[in-house]
Amino acid sequence: MPRTIHIALKKTGKALIQALPILAGVLTLVSLAVANIPKTWYARLFTNTPLDPVIGAAAGSVAAGNPLTSYIIGGELLRRGVSLLAVIAFLMAWVTVGFVQLPAEAMFLGRRFAVTRNVTAFVLAIVVAMLSVLTMRLVGITPRITP
Amino acid sequence: MTARRAAQKRPSPGMLFFLATAFFTLILWLVRPGAVRRAVPFFLTILGEIWPVLVFMFVLMFVLNLFISPQAVKRWLGQASRQRGWFIAVIGGIVSSGPIYLWYPLLAELRKQGMRTALAAAFLYNRAVKPALLPLLIYYFGLGLTIILTVYTAIFSIVQGLIVERLIEGHAGE
Repeated sequence: MPRTIHIALKKTGKALIQALPILAGVLTLVSLAVANIPKTWYARLFTNTPLDPVIGAAAGSVAAGNPLTSYIIGGELLRRGVSLLAVIAFLMAWVTVGFVQLPAEAMFLGRRFAVTRNVTAFVLAIVVAMLSVLTMRLVGITPRITP
Repeated sequence: MTARRAAQKRPSPGMLFFLATAFFTLILWLVRPGAVRRAVPFFLTILGEIWPVLVFMFVLMFVLNLFISPQAVKRWLGQASRQRGWFIAVIGGIVSSGPIYLWYPLLAELRKQGMRTALAAAFLYNRAVKPALLPLLIYYFGLGLTIILTVYTAIFSIVQGLIVERLIEGHAGE
């Protein structure tokens, strides 16, 4: 076997051995979170106050799982009268902030990177939500609420 | 030599994390067995969904280690990559599939070889846009909001990348 292939295999194998226990741990935590946080739980968090976008971003941050689940919950929240601002913050935080994955992100990419990235993503989830609602108002778009 | 051997025998932080998770699950199972039992089908389903992406990611890492030199990584994704680097990070984040945590090892490897911190953060932020799920996002929230969110996500991925890089590297340089 050429030396370059041997070196590449060795480096990849080492990375695989280091990655597998972390990925298995995250998978376990994500499964526990997805299985034990009922979809209806999120609706109870909102208070119909200006704090709702922060609550939305916080709820999205601790949630885990497929983004599709966040769309279903987000649609349900809109139907229950939660503000669009809070729902967008929830959707954005769901996919950009990962509280459950934070230990794994810190192990691979560094603690400072993981914490800084997640904190800024949390703040930006609220900023993007505000700008999206503002843009929708300016353009005259109303959100669709699925029956 | 003895200290080196002892360090080699010590479990890695990753293994410690896995053991801590396993211990937490065991305690949870003793206290609330239903919570763990409910999670088992989810674990198997997610595992069934992610293994092809996991294999793909390690093949990609092998290819990266075999054919792409750190100099090439620096040229395409380093400080001098400019718009080309942003383009690769934004598009790469959008088209990459599977859960976000599967991409950490590859990003770690790329960063070791010279990838900009800002581009790693931008890549991860763009995982918010999933082309396969766009029809469902349109179904739930309408085309207008979907377009607005997609555009803002791409723009703010660059904003976030720059902020993260400034905070981390500014701090490191102090």
